[in-house]
Amino acid sequence: MDATRKIPSLHYLNNGHGLASWLLTKDHKRIAVLYLITVSIFFFLGGLMAVGIRLELTTPEGDFVTADTYNKMFTLHGVIMVFFFLIPSIPAVLGNFLIPIMIGAKDLAFPKINLLSYYIYAVGGIFVLSAIAMGGVDTGWTFYTPYSSAASNTNVVPTALGIFITGFSSILTGLNFIVTIHRMRAPGMTWFRLPLFIWAHYAVSLIQVLGTPVIAITVLMLFVERAFGFGIFDPARGGDPVLFQHLFWFYSHPAVYIMILPALGVMSELIANFSRKKIFGYSFVAVSSLAIAVFGFIVWAHHMFVSGISVYAAMVFSFLSFSVAIPSAVKVFNWTATLYKGSISFDTPMLYAYGFLGLFAIGGLTGLFLATLGTDIHLHDTYFVVAHFHYIMVGGAIMGYLGGLHFWWPKMFGRMYSEFFSRISAILVFVGFNLTFFPQFVVGYIGMPRRYHAYPDEFQVLNVMSSAGASVLGLGYLLPAFYFLYSLKKGEVAGPNPWGASGLEWEVPSPPPTENFAVTPRVTSEPYEFTPRVAKEVELV
Amino acid sequence: MSDVAVHPAPGAVHGHAAHHPALQHQFQTMSQQKEAAVLGMWAFLLTEILFFGGLFLAYALYRMWYHDAFVAASTSITLSWGLINTVVLIGSSLTMALAVRAAQFSQRMATVNWLILTMVLGTAFLGIKVIEYADKFEHHHVPGPNYIWEEAGHAAAAGEAAAADAGHEVSPDAANFQLHTQIFFSLYFTMTGLHALHMIIGLGLMTVITWMAWKGRFSSEYYTPVEMSGLYWHFVDIVWIFLFPLLYLIDRAH
Repeated sequence: MDATRKIPSLHYLNNGHGLASWLLTKDHKRIAVLYLITVSIFFFLGGLMAVGIRLELTTPEGDFVTADTYNKMFTLHGVIMVFFFLIPSIPAVLGNFLIPIMIGAKDLAFPKINLLSYYIYAVGGIFVLSAIAMGGVDTGWTFYTPYSSAASNTNVVPTALGIFITGFSSILTGLNFIVTIHRMRAPGMTWFRLPLFIWAHYAVSLIQVLGTPVIAITVLMLFVERAFGFGIFDPARGGDPVLFQHLFWFYSHPAVYIMILPALGVMSELIANFSRKKIFGYSFVAVSSLAIAVFGFIVWAHHMFVSGISVYAAMVFSFLSFSVAIPSAVKVFNWTATLYKGSISFDTPMLYAYGFLGLFAIGGLTGLFLATLGTDIHLHDTYFVVAHFHYIMVGGAIMGYLGGLHFWWPKMFGRMYSEFFSRISAILVFVGFNLTFFPQFVVGYIGMPRRYHAYPDEFQVLNVMSSAGASVLGLGYLLPAFYFLYSLKKGEVAGPNPWGASGLEWEVPSPPPTENFAVTPRVTSEPYEFTPRVAKEVELV
Repeated sequence: MSDVAVHPAPGAVHGHAAHHPALQHQFQTMSQQKEAAVLGMWAFLLTEILFFGGLFLAYALYRMWYHDAFVAASTSITLSWGLINTVVLIGSSLTMALAVRAAQFSQRMATVNWLILTMVLGTAFLGIKVIEYADKFEHHHVPGPNYIWEEAGHAAAAGEAAAADAGHEVSPDAANFQLHTQIFFSLYFTMTGLHALHMIIGLGLMTVITWMAWKGRFSSEYYTPVEMSGLYWHFVDIVWIFLFPLLYLIDRAH
C-alpha cells in the first residue's frame, strides 16, 4: 500500500463531535449516515418477520403461529420492507451522500429540509413500531378496503398514519434532489455529462414528487373512513372499494420504480467502472430512466385484472405494461454491450452487479407473464407473483443497494472491508436468493395462493427448499454487518480512489471534507472517461 | 440581528465583496439561491395538486354515479356563506400580492401591514367555515352513525336500523339516496377540511414571515420567503376556486 493513502486529518465524520452534532447536522453526508443506521434497523425488523413467515411455511400445517399472527407477520414484513427500507434505502443513503458530490456541489439545495425529511421518516417509523407494540396490523401492506376500513380490528390507523407521514419524507427528499440537480451543478457539468446515477435519481425524484401525494390522500381517505365513520369507499353506502385500489396502485406501482430505478443507476456506475469502459449508449441509458418513470405511471391497473375492471381497460393496461419492458431492456442490453471487450473485474461490488443482471432479467421476464391477461387470471395472488416481485425488489433493488454500498463504502468511511468475506457474502446472497424464490415460481404456478399460513402436503418440498434458501440468504445479509463494522476501525485505508473509478466523488478525499470540495470543480469531460482522463492529468503536470 | 432592523438595507452596509447575510453556504450567489427556492416551491405545489387530485377524482366519479343525490346535497348548503368566503379569499390573495410587492420595494411597514391584513382575511374565512360546519352538525349532516338526511319535510334516518326505529317505511331508492348524500358530505368535509388545514398552515407560515418582515430581514435584494409564502397562499386560494363551484354552485339553477 503506498504512503499517499491516508485518512485526511479533518473530514465530515470528525468535524464536530457529540450526539447533537449528528442529530442536528445539516450535512448531507451525515444525514446519509443517519439514514443508513435507521434503514438497517428496519431491514433487520422486516427480515425478522420474513424469518417467521419462512419458519411457518416449512410445514404444511399451521403449527408455528396462528393464522392471525401469520397475517400480521406478512403485513408488517411488507409495510416495513416497502415503506421503511426499500423506498428510502438507495435514494436516502447513497443518493443523499453522493448526489451533491457527483455534481460538484457543497450540499443539497435545502439542507434543513433534508434533515427534516429524516425526522419525518423517523416519526412515521415510530408510528408503525407503536402499531406493532400495540398488537400489529393484519390487512396486508395493500390495505384493501372495506376490510381495512370496516372489518379488521387491528391497528390500521397508526400504521396508515405512519405511512402517510413517511410519504412526506419521500416527497421532500425527491423535491430536494430535483432542485439540486437542476440548480446546483458545477460549471461544465451539463445534463449529458451527469453520471447515470444522477439521471436515475432524477427520474426517481419525479415519481416521488408526483406519486407519493396520491398514496397520502388515499391513506387519508382511509383514515377518515375508519376513524370518523365517513363513507368514501364503503360499499354499504354506495362507495367503491375498487376506487381505493385504483388510487392505491396509482402510487404503489410507480413505487416499485422508486425502489428499482436507483438500483439501475447504481448498476450503470458499477458496470462502467468495473469494465474500465465508457458506458455503451449513454443517452439511451439516461433517457430510459425517464421513460421508466413515465411508463410507470400508466400501468397501475395491471394489479386489478381480477378486480372487475372493464375488459377494454384491462387490454389497454396490459399493452402498456408490456411497454415498460422496452426501456428496461434498453438498459440491460446497454450494460451487456458495455461489458463486451471491457476490462472486467470481479471485485465485490461487481459480483453484486452480475447477480443483479441475472435476477433483474428473470424478474422482468416473469413480469410479462403477469401483464398478459390470460395468464394473470391463473397466476393472480399466487406465489408466482410473490416470486416475481421479490426478484425485482430483492434481487434487483437490494442487490443494487448492497452493490452500491460495497462500492462507495470506502468513500463514505475511508477504509476497505474484507474482500474475502464480502465476496463470500455476495455469493451467499445470490445462491440463497435463488434457492428461496425460484421454487416459489413453481409452487405458485401449480396453484399455491399467497398469504395463507397452511397449505396442502404436495407443496411441502418446494416450501422447504424456499425456507432453506432463506436461511442462506439471511446469513448473506448478516455477514456484511460484521465486516462493515470491523472495517470502520481496522480496515485498510482506502485513499481517495481505491477502485480507479471515474467520477467527481473519487477526486475528493475519503472520507470527504464537510464542504466536499476545497474549490468548486470545473467539469471538462463526459462521464466514464478512463484512459483519456489519465492522459490529461499527465499533460497538466 | 437587531442591527439589521435599524439598517433596512444590509447589502449597502456590508459592501459588494461581503456575502448577503441571507446567502446560505451551499449556494454561490443570491440568484442561484432564489432560483432554487422558486423551483422547489413549484415542485411542492405540483405535489399538492396531486394530493388534492385524489379527492377531486373521487368527487368526479361519485358525482357522475349519484348525480341526483349529489345535486340535492349540494343545494342544501348555504350558498351565501360560500360566496362571501370566496370574496374574502380572493381579497386575501390580493393583499398577499401587495405584500410581496411591498417587500420587493423594500417597504418594511407596508409589507407587515399587508401581511397582517392577509392573515385577518384568512382568519375570517376560517371563522365563516366554523359557522358552516356548526350548521351541518346541527342538521346531522356530518357522515357517520348520526347522519340524517331530511327532504321535503319528511325526516328519514340513514341506515336500515335507524329507518326501522323511525317507525315508517323507507323505499330502497330513498334509502340509497340518503346513503349517497352521505358520500357527498364525506367528500365535502374531507375536501374543505383539508383545505382549511392548508389555510391554518399558511397562517402559521405568515406569522413567521410577518415577524421576519417586522425585523427588517427583507429588502429588494432578498424577499424570497415572502414570495414563497405568497405562492403557497395563492395555491390554497386556487384550490378553493375549484372547490366552490364543485361543492356549492353547479346544477343549482335546475
